[in-house]
This record gives sequence, structure tokens and C-alpha cells, in this order.
Amino acid sequence: MTTLPATTVKKLGLVIDLDTCVGCQACVTACKGWNDQGYGALLSDQDPYGANPSGTFLNRVHSYAVQPPEGAAQIINFPRSCLHCEDAPCVTVCPTGASYKRAEDGIVLVNEDACMGCGLCAWACPYGAREMDADAGVMKKCTLCVDRIYNDNLPEADREPACVRGCPTGARHFGDFADPGSAVSTLSAARGGYALMPDLGTRPTNRYLPPRKKDMRQDASLLAPLLDIQATGFAGWLDRLLGKI
Amino acid sequence: MHPAPSVIVFSVLSGMGFGLLAYLGVGLVHLSGWLAFMWWGLGYGLAIIGLLAATLHLANPKNALKAFSQWRSSWLSREAIAAVATLVVLAPVALSDWLTLGWPRQIGLLGAALAVFTVFTTSMIYTQIKAVPRWNHWSNPVMFLAFCLTGGAVLALQPFAGYALAGLAPLLWWVWHIGDQQFGLRAQTLGTATGLDRIGDVTVFEQAHTAGNYLLREMIFVVARKHVVRLRLIAVGLASVGPALLLVLLPHHPVVFGAAALCHLVGALAARWLFFAQAEHVVGLYYGKRQGFDVG
Repeated sequence: MTTLPATTVKKLGLVIDLDTCVGCQACVTACKGWNDQGYGALLSDQDPYGANPSGTFLNRVHSYAVQPPEGAAQIINFPRSCLHCEDAPCVTVCPTGASYKRAEDGIVLVNEDACMGCGLCAWACPYGAREMDADAGVMKKCTLCVDRIYNDNLPEADREPACVRGCPTGARHFGDFADPGSAVSTLSAARGGYALMPDLGTRPTNRYLPPRKKDMRQDASLLAPLLDIQATGFAGWLDRLLGKI
Repeated sequence: MHPAPSVIVFSVLSGMGFGLLAYLGVGLVHLSGWLAFMWWGLGYGLAIIGLLAATLHLANPKNALKAFSQWRSSWLSREAIAAVATLVVLAPVALSDWLTLGWPRQIGLLGAALAVFTVFTTSMIYTQIKAVPRWNHWSNPVMFLAFCLTGGAVLALQPFAGYALAGLAPLLWWVWHIGDQQFGLRAQTLGTATGLDRIGDVTVFEQAHTAGNYLLREMIFVVARKHVVRLRLIAVGLASVGPALLLVLLPHHPVVFGAAALCHLVGALAARWLFFAQAEHVVGLYYGKRQGFDVG
């Protein structure tokens, strides 16, 4: 049913730390790798080795240059994926009942057996989180690796989304935002985590941590005293003598 | 937004078809015998061809029947149900007209209301989307209903059809004028979309991927801005001014109505192409693709 649950027991989601993300795209690769072997239709590629490759990805990493009013510009890498919104517009627009939000943990999923590939949910999402698979003809989106996080066959350390597990800089965190004492809740509170485009009324679960304040650039070089070389001793005598000729 | 031909054909043809069915249902054109068969057939034909065209847009049409299930939350589902309900409810009226059975016509009023409601549900599929500011405004259903009732009036050979067509021109300009302002009014920028405006001015340093993807093809359709004014003039000329002149200046002969209807249809298709091509989705912000159609 595409009506949204009034509330969910857990609110599972991600914290993405824009301070530590280096834009290596490891999360993109880890996501594509994991979601290519289990849950639902494969994430297909079209013309992968040709001149005009294209494919389905559930996570994309943008790079932006941000110029503060004072100081140097910053490069900020910006991963973009499903935010598992509490008022997910992608769910309510679905005519077939394929899109749904789970009452137990808040994960937004697509039942591919019911999806007719109309694409309306992708239109309704302001964040571009959904991509229609050109091969399977069904809508694909982030599942928060629902087939990992509850999977008893995996070692406990692996029971988190592939993007979080694969991040080499620890820029991604997974947890329950419904619990104010959880690691993601406290991290988000401590670092001023924010939601994307809150005025659209989607109430996203995921939070982005803004980059920490940067030091101001020092114009004077630390090497300056060392570079001011005064000749002493014999070299000094030679220097003075040569200056007089 | 990508102007998919299947969706343009669907919304224009079914809009005109349901418009004609509404006039037939109310009884503003009261025909009998084979003439009734032809006119009801035209209405049913346009509506059904439109609905079939819509299924061409589906990537996985084998699940299309499930679209009747989610009327509680989905305008697309409501549209599917309303469309079928209209065609079913009007069937006895059409049958009675064709075979001159003389059955009571009250149910035709309900069918006419359903036909208009179907077009309203079509418009709401687009109007509900906050991520496309141009569509997310009440002028949008007004425009869809105006096309439905005007196109229907021409097909139903109504004497006032010429004036209704003339009224479309200022309405379209008004809708475009309102639409041009909507993205700016929502004040969403690359800075607000990323939340990085809290640091400074944001520009795209490097795109997230080097080749195209579904988002770019489907939602970040780029139309040459210089053509917009020209296309708007063509749409207004063919959908409104041209057929209005035909019906106001020439005697009201069915052939004149036919010519006016064809001209209006081509203009309506152009206007609907613009409806999609001009509409900008906020996801384009992440790619630095804000176009702006603020042509006034």
C-alpha cells in the first residue's frame, strides 16, 4: 500500500560527513557491486565498454567548489542517494503499490514484482534518488542494503550498508535516528547535521554533516626567517670586500 | 522534463476525447442512429487511443493492471479508475443514442462529470509534483480542463466553440507567465539543494559521472531557450487563434469544425510538448543545470 505509515519504529538512515569525504567513489563501486548480486533486478549497464556508456547506480558522488565570503575556495565531495524520507513523495504517487515505506524500520523500497515502470516516483523525488533500470524496466533505488543489515550469514561487522562498509575514510555512518542515543543521532547533533531541501516537506531521514571550519591561510611563510641568509665569517669578509670593489 | 511522445499523445487525445464525451453525456449534442454511433465512437476512440498510448510509456507494462489499486494515495491510479468508470457509465447512454432506445439520460450527467474529473486527475499527476515547480501550481489543472472543454466543444460542433478557442490564447499566456516564475519563487539553488550555501557560493567542480544516465535523460531535458518564444507563438496560433478565426468567420459547417479541430489538435500537441520541455526538475540543480525560461 502506497499510503505512508504514520510513524516507524526505527528510522534507519545514513550520516554523510562532508568533511571527511574525499570523493574516491568507493561507495559508488561498493553499492554497485553488492546490488549486482542479490536483491532484485541487477543494476544493468548499457554499452559499458563503448563510446557512450550508461548504467544504473543507486549512489552518485558530485564534486562542488564552494567559495566562502573570506578565505580560499573549498572542494566538497557530495554523495547523493536515497534519504529514506518520512514523507516520501515517491511512495504516495505510485499507482501499483510497488513503492512502500516499511513501518518497522522506515526503509523505502520497491517491490519489483509490482512495478510497471511508469517512472512517476522518480519524477516525484526531488533528490534524483531513483533510476529506472533500462534493462529490467523496473525502478531501482537504495535499499539501505536491507539484505545485509539483517543478514545473520554475514559477520557482524559486515551487517551495514555496502557504501558504509566500503568507505575508506569513515565518512559514512549507518544507524537508527529514532533512538536519540544512537551513534548517528549523537554525531548528527554534535556536528550540526542537516537535511536536504527541508522546505519541500519530504522530511528526509539521512543527515549531512557540514565541513568543519577551515583555518585561515597565513600569508607570511614559516620559512621566511630561514630564507633571510646573512653571510658571516670568511664568506662575510669576502662579501664586504667584493662590495667595495 | 523529457517530452515523451507517448505521454504527449495520451494527454492531448484523451483530454479531447473525454471533453467530447462530456458534451455527449450532458446531451448538448443529441444525435441518433449511425450519426450518434460515429460521434460517440470518436469520443470513445480518442479516449481509448490516448489511454493505450500511455501504456507505451511503461517500461514494464505487464504490471499495468495493478495501477487500479492505489486510489487512496496516487493520482495516476485515480486517473486509471476514473477513465474506465467514465467509459462504463456512459456506455448505456451511447447505446441508447445509437439504437434510439429512448433510455433515460440522467446517468449521462454523471458520466460527463466523471469525464471532466478524469482530465482533472490527469492534470493532478503533474500538479502534485513539488520537485517540478512549474507544474506545482493550480493554474495547471485549469489549463488541462480548458483544453478538454474547448477541444470537446469543437468536436461536439458547439456554436460557442470559436469563442472558447479564442479564450485559450490569453489563458495559455497566463499559464506560461505563472509557470516562468515558479522555480524562482521556490528559491531553490545549487546552494540550498546541497545545503552548502551555509558556507558560500557553490559551483559544480566536477560532474558525478562522465556519461549520461536516467536522470539526465528523463528529468534534465534541455530545450534551446531561444526557441521557446517561437514555439509558444506556434502553439497559440494553431491551438487557439487559427481555429477560432475559422469558426468565427466561416459558416458553421461540419467541415469547418473538422478543419478547426485538426488545427487545434496540432496546436495542443505543440503546447503539451512545451509543457514537458519547459518544466525543470529540481534534481537538475545538483548537476548545475538550472536553465531558466524567464522570458515573460
